[in-house]
Amino acid sequence: MQLDWMGSLSRILALMIKEFSVLFQDKRTRFVVIGPPFIQLLVFGYAATFELKQAPVAVLNQDQGTVSQQVIGHLEGSKSFKVVSFLPNDRAIKPTIDEKQALLVVHFPADFSSRLHKDGTTELQVIIDGRNSNTALLAQNDLSHVIQAFNDDWAADHHVSQPPLEIVKRNWFNENLENNWFFVPGIVALIVLVVSLLITALSVAREREEGTFDQLLVTPTLPFEILVGKSLPGLLIGLLESNIIILIAIFWFGVPFRGDYWLLQFAMVFFIASAIGIGLMISALSTTQQQALLGAFMFMVPAVILSGFATPIENMPDAIQLLTYLDPMRYFLIVVRGIFLQEMGIDALWHQILPLAIIASVTMTFAAWLFRHRTV
Amino acid sequence: MLNKLARMRIKGLVFKEFLQILRDPSSISIAFVMPVVLLFLFGYGVTLDAKHILLGVVQQDPSAESRDFVSHFEHSEYFSPKSYLTVPDAVQAMQRGEVQGVLVLPSDFVNRFHQPGSAPVQVLINGVNSNTANLINGYVHGVWQTWLTDYLSQKGRTLKTPIQLQPRIWFNSEVNSRHFLVPGLIAIIMTLIGALLTALVVAREWERGTMEALLVTPVTIWEILLSKVFPYFVLGMGGMVLTLVMALFLFEVPLRGSLWILLLSSAVFLWVALSMGILISTVGKSQFVAGQIAILVTFLPAFLLSGFVFDLHSTPAFIQFITHIVPARYFVALLQSQFLAGDIAWVILPNLLALVLMGVVLTLVIIKKSHKRLD
Repeated sequence: MQLDWMGSLSRILALMIKEFSVLFQDKRTRFVVIGPPFIQLLVFGYAATFELKQAPVAVLNQDQGTVSQQVIGHLEGSKSFKVVSFLPNDRAIKPTIDEKQALLVVHFPADFSSRLHKDGTTELQVIIDGRNSNTALLAQNDLSHVIQAFNDDWAADHHVSQPPLEIVKRNWFNENLENNWFFVPGIVALIVLVVSLLITALSVAREREEGTFDQLLVTPTLPFEILVGKSLPGLLIGLLESNIIILIAIFWFGVPFRGDYWLLQFAMVFFIASAIGIGLMISALSTTQQQALLGAFMFMVPAVILSGFATPIENMPDAIQLLTYLDPMRYFLIVVRGIFLQEMGIDALWHQILPLAIIASVTMTFAAWLFRHRTV
Repeated sequence: MLNKLARMRIKGLVFKEFLQILRDPSSISIAFVMPVVLLFLFGYGVTLDAKHILLGVVQQDPSAESRDFVSHFEHSEYFSPKSYLTVPDAVQAMQRGEVQGVLVLPSDFVNRFHQPGSAPVQVLINGVNSNTANLINGYVHGVWQTWLTDYLSQKGRTLKTPIQLQPRIWFNSEVNSRHFLVPGLIAIIMTLIGALLTALVVAREWERGTMEALLVTPVTIWEILLSKVFPYFVLGMGGMVLTLVMALFLFEVPLRGSLWILLLSSAVFLWVALSMGILISTVGKSQFVAGQIAILVTFLPAFLLSGFVFDLHSTPAFIQFITHIVPARYFVALLQSQFLAGDIAWVILPNLLALVLMGVVLTLVIIKKSHKRLD
């Protein structure tokens, strides 16, 4: 059978125009396609942080010497902490932590300075609110950095013999461990996933619900034409929005862009295609928009959590780590962070892009098959 | 007082709503499957606490001393060292993501080790994930300290660290992230059911024109709203109880506060969430728009701006300001405290009051909006 290319092209074009007009004709729909991604970027960019900044510290100082003052000075010099109150006695510790007036209480005992002078070592007690265990972990870690710095100063000033081994630490790709450099490129991936998935997931389901999909099926339009006509609008909108977001990441959030811009675009096409494939599959399986939206949601939430967006995949149990190989965002996060920060090239990234291509083709084929074979 | 006819009408509508829920698998799954999925993901999948970090090790000139130093990394639960012959090899492995950091013991390690001063050991850490890198820094230092203590004790000396930290973490002494995340999930799940699902369902009535059809019957807008809210309230509390049971018995999160206060505050929060859902649907009027708005103004804030995962203290002032209008913020604070710390009046009262206030304001707005529709 001779394929009718011109006819095919015009049918695809007609479908695309129809999709775009559904998305952009109504004022409210237009807004929810364009507005939320940028609001999300700004809110995410500022709210997603595992860095402690100005965490409130209460001090209980029973020290009769002066060393405690120096330690408090070090604490106030650190950007992680801010001393907010001085407690009168140890009975005040419990309400301070309970009522969240401070994240941690630093307690200098009466013999704090005298023991340091006499024995060369002394103890500092710290009580941390563990209700947010991540924050508690970070507070403990940051506090030990502060105390380390104090210890080094003290050793140097008092000619305590240096330890026989010194550690020189350097952080690669993100020398000052900027939290935004980690999160903002990840948000590019997140928003692109959400936008392209939602647009396509609802497109077929909307027609099913309104009954126009059956009409479409009885026209000469082939399943692959429906597939292309339904995919391209999502791809175009996804590409456009992602580029604007990348620009905001570079110029507003100041994340360095060290790699190849076109390689990122190339990988982005496959990532969006896999999101669209999944979206169309969900759409083809749903009979109502509610099912499509909730289905998209039930895919998206685990996909984001398992992608390594906020917490590393390496920390997850083995069984869950296996599951992450099904998640397109997992691969694209490595690509987007790799290109932004690590200047990774195609030689290092092709085995992230290949799985995306596989996910995209499998899901799209399945969706096209479902269009024909799933009757409502 | 509701008269007999009104009661009958409401009963009929509630029945219809329950039927719709039962017939649509997506409603049931968002109420009962989603909580289970989320519990497993957050209970097992999400933690900042890295263990067995893959660390590349390069001993440029292996010796008894360098091996002794490396063995301390092998014995630490935080690291899984992996040997490389040269620094470029190890660095390449780090770039490919095979190891998170590289420990380099240089060729003059032994010589400098026995000389006064110190032998420098280099640690390179992949800083792309700044949070993990920061923690790895801390763990490396910890291993170094253990090694130092052991080394000095072999020489009959004790290590004198000027200040030794004695940290104690209250409420969650094992720093188990499950105990912190699972209670907060109740807020997320109730937001999904109360706000997202309700917004979709009511928007569907507007989209299909069945709302107008209902409005021309003797049923009042109040009866419609009440009959919409009631089934989803039941569904929401059901999801909450399911989460609670799994939290207590599967994840063994302690519940140190009163169960009744927990249930009461959950009911109040659900009222707020349902009100948001109804308001969104009357503004959105189509399922696509209502769904998107619900995700944007209820789900994402509950996730990001509530203290559920990210600590609010560390966000910029304007974000902290915004969080005050996020209902989930008050509920998450209540939940975390109620589970892990117990009944603390100064946590319960202000947060509960804020939620009640929001519920009242939202209900008033709905009343105002709904009156307009009847005109």
